Amino acid sequence: MTAMLEARDLAVAYGKVEALHKVALTVPEGQIVTVIGPNGAGKTTLLAALMGLLPAKGAIAYQGQSIVQLPTEERVALGLSLVPEKRELFAPMSVADNLALGGFARYRQGARDLDAKRAKVYERFPRLLERADQLAGTLSGGERQMLALGRALMAGPKLLMLDEPSLGLAPRIVQEIFRIIVGLKDLGVSILLVEQNARAALEVADYGYVLEMGEIALEGPAGDLAQNPRIVETYLGLAEGH
Amino acid sequence: MNFDIALLLIQDGIVNGALYALLALALLLVFAVSRVMFVAQGEFVTFGALSLAVLQQGSMPGTVWLLLILGGLAFLADLAVAWKTKRWEGLRGSALLNLALPILLGGLAYWLAPLKPPLAVQVILAVALVVPLGPIVYRLAFQPLANASVLVLLFVAVAVHYALLGLGLLFFGAEGWRTPAFTSFRVSVGPMLVSGQSLLVIGSSAVLILLLTLFFNRTLWGKALRATAVNRVGARLVGIRTEAAGRLAFALTALFGALSGVLISPITTIYYDTGFLIALKGFVGTAIGAMVSYPIAALGALFVGLLESFASFEASALKEVIVFSLLIPVLLWRSLKTHHVGEEEEE
Repeated sequence: MTAMLEARDLAVAYGKVEALHKVALTVPEGQIVTVIGPNGAGKTTLLAALMGLLPAKGAIAYQGQSIVQLPTEERVALGLSLVPEKRELFAPMSVADNLALGGFARYRQGARDLDAKRAKVYERFPRLLERADQLAGTLSGGERQMLALGRALMAGPKLLMLDEPSLGLAPRIVQEIFRIIVGLKDLGVSILLVEQNARAALEVADYGYVLEMGEIALEGPAGDLAQNPRIVETYLGLAEGH
Repeated sequence: MNFDIALLLIQDGIVNGALYALLALALLLVFAVSRVMFVAQGEFVTFGALSLAVLQQGSMPGTVWLLLILGGLAFLADLAVAWKTKRWEGLRGSALLNLALPILLGGLAYWLAPLKPPLAVQVILAVALVVPLGPIVYRLAFQPLANASVLVLLFVAVAVHYALLGLGLLFFGAEGWRTPAFTSFRVSVGPMLVSGQSLLVIGSSAVLILLLTLFFNRTLWGKALRATAVNRVGARLVGIRTEAAGRLAFALTALFGALSGVLISPITTIYYDTGFLIALKGFVGTAIGAMVSYPIAALGALFVGLLESFASFEASALKEVIVFSLLIPVLLWRSLKTHHVGEEEEE
């Protein structure tokens, strides 16, 4: 199986403080890979580096092509998409416009099927269709997450990166989001999922990494990690209450 | 002051106010997209007006040289970056925008100028010569500073203003120009005699503002500009290049500046440094709109036009003082009304 994304010796520093140290990570094609770890371990930094939002040292290969030099916008055009933790929606613009802009990279490459694409997103998130003319800033937390996800899907990503998609959401909506993530995998989208909700993440993932203090502390098939006593004690013991 | 004079002043104020409104919107657009308080906007007004004046003399305007030189510099800057990063893909677009387009426009001006083409062709040519200067100035002065603070960008804008002012003096000379009115048409509305030129200015401004609104609300590129202004990170994540948005915003601001210049040149004598004061009045309108609201900026600019018109009648020596003093109560009112937000605040 070929790797969708492969990072080697990835390092990010804020000034002299190294936030990521020699991280190696692989996302095989068509799989869900999760990165779990405590707050401040560098999970968001890792995604920002993979997306080109932060300058990084080391190697990043996407479908075998080195992308470490490419700006964010070109990585988007190649098929990487990030749903950031802060969602980064266009608050004073309508849901429909937010989605349309999600397809901007493809529009610039000549695609003119944005309306059809948007109809598909509405099919997946009927709630967004009800809210189509509403401003993004007025949506509830769950709707905002759906919009962020829908906007990322408009780019037609081959690799979707999700940063804490369950953060601040009610359990019922978390379940729905995770169901959608699994549905995307069935469509052939490779997924890199960063989560604090380790239990839910390991349930849907094929493979997992544990990031601690900016380094990969542990990795393995998701099923094995879920059985690992150290993981159970540190990350799964409390997850029940989430 | 009697009623007739008041009507005349109102007419005058609305004509100038409509032009200030165009400039206010352009300033706001550039600020929202690139965070640049573009002080040099007035130079585009001057270049538009003077290019038209020179074309009407049957000569090739100095704007051509400006375009060729600055375009060449912009291409060299892109070449240097491509050399350093070993990425050559963007260079073809840069060559088209910074070399081919100026050469094409220069050739057109060289060929058409002595033929004294009809006014409409002269106007289009004069504006077309100025518009590429927008993205070129952005490339040279602001693109390398994408992450600088608003204050640094403001200083650079002031420097760009002085540079373009000097170049304007070099290429157009120190004498003032005034182009003949576009039309000798006059119409009486009640007791008032309205000139065709006034109607043309007001009508063109209204149409341009409408087009800008449609562009923002109906086209994906327009929405992309708004998105960049609202959330830079979000915009990058959907593939909108900050530089592309900046280029487009600067092209639009140059277009609006040049059109204002062309429209105002039959009304006011334009010297190489006149544009600055005109754009500054647009800026007062933008400030009334608190650097965020397009409709309030346009209305504010209209108000500035009216205030200026009445001030020049009542106390002509103090008219600029009165207009710019308006900034003080406006800023006081604005800063009391809104809580202070940091420039880097997001969401």
